[in-house]
Amino acid sequence: MSDTNRQIDSAMSPENRPGRKPPFIHVAPSPHISDSRAGTQRMMLDVILGLSPAILVSLYLFRFYALKQLIVCVVACLAAEYLFVRMRGKSFTLKDCSAIVTGVILGLSMPGSAPWFVGALASVVGIGIGKIIFGGVGMNIFNPAMVGRAFVMIAFAQLMGAGAYENLTGLVDAVSGATPLSALKFNGVHTGIAPLFMGVTNGSIGEVSAGACILGGLYLIYRKTVSWQIPASILITVALIAAITDIAGGYQGLFLLHHLFAGALMFGAFFIATDPVTSPLTAKGKMMFGAGTGCLIMVIRLFSGYPEGVMFAVLIMNAITPLINRWTIPQPLGQREV
Amino acid sequence: MGLFKLKGFPGSGSFPHGIHPPDNKALSVNMAVEVMETPRTVTLPLLQHLGVPCKQIVKSGETVSYGQMVGKGEAFVSASLHAPIAGKVKRNTMVTLPNGRHLDAITIQAEGEQIPPERIWEEVKFTEWLRPMDSFSDYEPMDIVKKIQSSGIVGLGGAAFPTHVKVMPNDTRVIDTLIVNGCECEPYLTCDYRLMVEAPEAIVAGALLAGRAVSAREIVICVEDNKPEAIRRLQDAARQTVAQIVVLKTKYPQGSEKHLVKAVLGLEIPLGGLPADAAVAVSNVQTMATVARSIINDIPMTHRVISVSGRGICNPKNIFVPIGVSLAEVVDFCGGLTPDAARIISGGPMMGFSFSDLSAPVTKGASGLTVLTHEEVRRAEETHCVRCGRCVDACPMNLVPTRLALAARYNNPELAGQYHIRACVECGCCAYVCPAKLNLVQLIRAGKVQLNAWERR
Repeated sequence: MSDTNRQIDSAMSPENRPGRKPPFIHVAPSPHISDSRAGTQRMMLDVILGLSPAILVSLYLFRFYALKQLIVCVVACLAAEYLFVRMRGKSFTLKDCSAIVTGVILGLSMPGSAPWFVGALASVVGIGIGKIIFGGVGMNIFNPAMVGRAFVMIAFAQLMGAGAYENLTGLVDAVSGATPLSALKFNGVHTGIAPLFMGVTNGSIGEVSAGACILGGLYLIYRKTVSWQIPASILITVALIAAITDIAGGYQGLFLLHHLFAGALMFGAFFIATDPVTSPLTAKGKMMFGAGTGCLIMVIRLFSGYPEGVMFAVLIMNAITPLINRWTIPQPLGQREV
Repeated sequence: MGLFKLKGFPGSGSFPHGIHPPDNKALSVNMAVEVMETPRTVTLPLLQHLGVPCKQIVKSGETVSYGQMVGKGEAFVSASLHAPIAGKVKRNTMVTLPNGRHLDAITIQAEGEQIPPERIWEEVKFTEWLRPMDSFSDYEPMDIVKKIQSSGIVGLGGAAFPTHVKVMPNDTRVIDTLIVNGCECEPYLTCDYRLMVEAPEAIVAGALLAGRAVSAREIVICVEDNKPEAIRRLQDAARQTVAQIVVLKTKYPQGSEKHLVKAVLGLEIPLGGLPADAAVAVSNVQTMATVARSIINDIPMTHRVISVSGRGICNPKNIFVPIGVSLAEVVDFCGGLTPDAARIISGGPMMGFSFSDLSAPVTKGASGLTVLTHEEVRRAEETHCVRCGRCVDACPMNLVPTRLALAARYNNPELAGQYHIRACVECGCCAYVCPAKLNLVQLIRAGKVQLNAWERR
């Protein structure tokens, strides 16, 4: 027994000593305690919990189609993660649940009618090229789910484009027509605000109900799993630009509300843009990121050939995030003004 | 909490960011200070303070009496050392302090008649410190400073900065406010709290004397609002004196000098500067009690109150111990370790040093001993940083800890410098909240070393 062990042995209280091993003392740098409630896995589970209202609405509305997309994407994401991590010879990282979150977000952002291989391919591309190539969880530059979705959106324009939303057979009437944003863009038709809020409309399976997204998003903000700055600044920017267009066009507020509640805006603002890995670190940076995303969403919606722009807006802002981080290095307490 | 009170001060009573760890003070908060009997030997390392080691002035074999100077602090930033027991000087030994320093140490073996330690503690608790109601006008400021210097008093909150340096009057650096730090924001530690409850008069007397030395216009004693009893006792003691009691919001690290000044006065101490650069002097409550005793009773610094707490110790206690007593004796006095003890820490769990060598002595700056069990200790299963930004929201210095830590991990001192790595006070807030359980503080310490080496190229 070493000197140290003998000391520690003799330091034990007499009643504990007979026949028992001395306590195992180890040393480590401070701090010696940590917040046991915080954990990466816990954060990811929170996100899934936050997504659950949107999942429930999608299951209610699209039934089998929603279930199919979710299962395909989650299973494909997990398989892809397993495969790529094995290929790199790294330790298994499925435990942190981040692949499940990517899968669920990807699944919720697919049109219900897309065939299974579209979702599967999106998952493999998202996890492989979007995440693992950069070094795995925490290292990626772009939101993996959006990388996968952008890939299939371009590769399978027919199956993912505006047309894909219109040929769902066997669904309720409300969800077999054009999506609200394409209806507005291409036919000039407004969908009522109440259906948009409740989700009785067409679109990607998870984005249809603004109400469900807001509910889940507020839970995540309450849990401090996502920051409030990003959704708030996106929504304010979108509202501002939509309001200006609204006033210019004399829509009497309908245009503004339509842009706020239709399409993937709520889903994107609360669940996609807030991905911590690909958004800035500081509060100021998050505001800038959100404002930029909001502007890009409205630019794409108003001026491009696509009816919806959340995906591309988030991907473009992901690319700018390192730059925003460099712009927003905070001044430490007591830093002399330069 | 309703107690929060900060009338007439420009600060907000708190500071941005910070954390609320469970304080676990209940383990020892109601344990009145117990007096440890005179140990058979004491070991006195020659460097127990920040600065230059003191010079040994006794030889091996010499007999020393209680309070006799055994080491002289010759440099300005140094502190003298005094015998806490009467006895015979033995051969010098090398000791390893919990902070990892190997130091030459004077060893004294008890011999002859000892002053009972109970009497020394009674002296500290003496309630008539404040008898001269005219704020000690018959003490000359320079005499007070000299006395503090010769008594070897250092900051007892942890950093052990020589107190006379702080209170030395200086024409170029005027001190407006003396802040007495009674925040004790580290979890588990309760020694300052017990002293505030049991000897508030000594603290107020010391504060008045130190305030007189620096000619401070205001003397404020700051306590967090989770210590209502201490606040009440101090308010009673400070009645009819110029010292004011200020109640601050409870948050870690409120006891940090920079954050205390920010919370009370709204001022920011410049990076790399001292509180004096903001016209403030900050000192711990226990330091003030020691100052009172050394000036009024002419007794040097020989004893201090420490708390021994945590679930890894059988009987958590607050004890009055002589400087130099071995930590093994302290642990024995508190009933020993429990079988599930996992980590022994000098200081509190947020900033304390963990160690395993119980033969190390109690030093002047040691505020306590915390023994954690396996369940309480931070587990080190590290995962990847997902840049969630919780460390950014927690950092009281307004830094980006994850950036600093990763810059250090990939040996990029330039990036670390851009992100102001030197401003880090190593309070541990970031590592406490990190969901990936990264050793942020350790990485940042490494990053500071890398930056220094890189700049010296």
